[in-house]
Amino acid sequence: MRLLTGNDLKTGAVIWWTGRDWSVHVEDAADAGEHGEAILAAEEGARRVNGGYMIDAIDTTQGPRPAHIKDRIRARGPTVRPDLNLKPADPAAGDWVI
Amino acid sequence: MYKYDQYDQAMVDARVEDFRDQVRRRIAGDMNDDQFKPLRLKNGLYLQLHAYMLRVAIPYGTLNSRQLRKLAEIARKYDRGYGHFTTRQNLQYHWIKLEDAPDILAELATVEMHAIQTSGESIRNISADQYAGAAADEICDPRPWAELLRQATSFHPEFSYLPRKFKICVISSPADRAALRWHDCALRIVRNEAGEEGFEVYAGGGMGRTPFIAYKIRDFCPAAQIFSYIQAILRVWNLHARRDNIHKQRMKILVHDLGEEEFRRQVEEAFQHFLTLDTDFPQAEYDRIAAYFTPPPFETGLPDDIDRSDPDFALWVDQQVIAHKTPGYAIANISLKPIGGIGGDATAEQMEVVADLAERYSFDDVRVTHAQNLVLPHVRKQDLYAVWQALHEAGLADANLDLVTDVIACPGLDYCTLANARSIPVAQKIQRRFAEMERQLDLGELKIKISGCINACGHHHAGHIGILGVDRKGTENYQLLLGGSGAEDTTQAKITGPGFDEDGVVDAVERAIERYRELRDPGERFIDTYRRVGLDAFKEAIYG
Repeated sequence: MRLLTGNDLKTGAVIWWTGRDWSVHVEDAADAGEHGEAILAAEEGARRVNGGYMIDAIDTTQGPRPAHIKDRIRARGPTVRPDLNLKPADPAAGDWVI
Repeated sequence: MYKYDQYDQAMVDARVEDFRDQVRRRIAGDMNDDQFKPLRLKNGLYLQLHAYMLRVAIPYGTLNSRQLRKLAEIARKYDRGYGHFTTRQNLQYHWIKLEDAPDILAELATVEMHAIQTSGESIRNISADQYAGAAADEICDPRPWAELLRQATSFHPEFSYLPRKFKICVISSPADRAALRWHDCALRIVRNEAGEEGFEVYAGGGMGRTPFIAYKIRDFCPAAQIFSYIQAILRVWNLHARRDNIHKQRMKILVHDLGEEEFRRQVEEAFQHFLTLDTDFPQAEYDRIAAYFTPPPFETGLPDDIDRSDPDFALWVDQQVIAHKTPGYAIANISLKPIGGIGGDATAEQMEVVADLAERYSFDDVRVTHAQNLVLPHVRKQDLYAVWQALHEAGLADANLDLVTDVIACPGLDYCTLANARSIPVAQKIQRRFAEMERQLDLGELKIKISGCINACGHHHAGHIGILGVDRKGTENYQLLLGGSGAEDTTQAKITGPGFDEDGVVDAVERAIERYRELRDPGERFIDTYRRVGLDAFKEAIYG
């Protein structure tokens, strides 16, 4: 699957395209399919996302898992500061960062 | 330390308001990101993995307690309660909101701080020996020169659109504690045979994907002419730099393409031109700046001995305390490298503890080192025990300066957009592997430096043992390097061979260190043994 991600313009927080809006939880991310570039252009124009790009991800039973480690770290937060990490919306979601 | 005059304050305050307006326009949609990015970078604001990152300049690594308290306050109010001291004596906040950035800069301006020229193609924060003004081996305090150069180069039109970033370092000791020759332009204050002060000038150093050690291009530049000489260096680079290729834009590439002799010839020619322009610092201006760096009122007749009856304190003194130029005083290094911690990170509370100690015991003076530690430069020896007790209580009393656990590491893939691999977890694993104090002391000086990508913010080229994180088909992989140095015996580390995974590189480090133990002569440091026996003797142990 293909996900859209970027950073919130005002806060810099990592955000994921849900199909209708943006969420800080990767679990909410929706497959953007072939429409990613068009969605990004519209959303960046509307200043709802900054530095957006598309990534590959795997659809798991715990939700989307970004293919690349950099995006998995973006999704959860620094591996060395678990106290600062974003807790998954689904508490059952596993630790799949590394 | 230097105090802003009305011009400095007006410039910094105006810059804050400029940026406030730029942020407002970006958020309102009057600027797109392509237009805004260069503006935010000129104010030290990056977009990193998890949020915006603000890099705050700490000129020549010198802070007073008021400034350090402000950094703590900002960490608590706008970030997540901590800051990260960098390998260029700066401080980074990793969780900044764009909408807060103008307010943060305004707060910094109230304590004479800013984030100008901490990013972008500019002359970056000028670094210096962290022991400046205190070191027993220095000729003079190098910071007045660093400050003069800072003022002369800030907002200078010729230096506003440089081909790439440009890093200057100033020291005045035979010992190099500032990685001098790894800078684009490096200045060491020396005296000539007539006893006059001037500069040895080095040019063309730098780490990154193409590391070079700076050449000495002048044995002696009279102090009164140094700004002409630096302008000449920058002029030659500005004229000939490879602006067509981002990987070839740094001055080190030009210096090494032209060759040492030709680069020197062109700089000397430009230097003669600049001398005719009368742009050097007048003596009165040097005197004005130097007056801010007059030594503090050291007491005389103080006891020079230290009560070492507490063994933990004695260990800390042996490892962290350095000779001061004034009898009865000492330089106290504060480790930001707790075993298993994050090197260079300090909580707001820890910053406040250090600020309090500086105010009470060190003439209100704190230094930041390129090795990501802090320093109280002027502590009465009789106060060291009280300082140590307070540090101990704050979790800042590790005794590992320059030992195997005093690892330099960039933020790596845990924070940085450019990184290919994580640095901090590797540093932590090495620290835990060698945590036993007896083992650390047995190994002696051993500098491990880790970068999460080829940009080399973790100085891996200069590590006795260097580690470079790379991306191998989406997986973190680590190359091992040996034989680097950032000291007066500067050398560039060499790659040992194929890379390792995270645990594998820690094992490889241990095998290299065990080989050192087998091969060393009495009193020989790791780097000395390496230089004596060569890489192959270590490769055999590392790869079997």
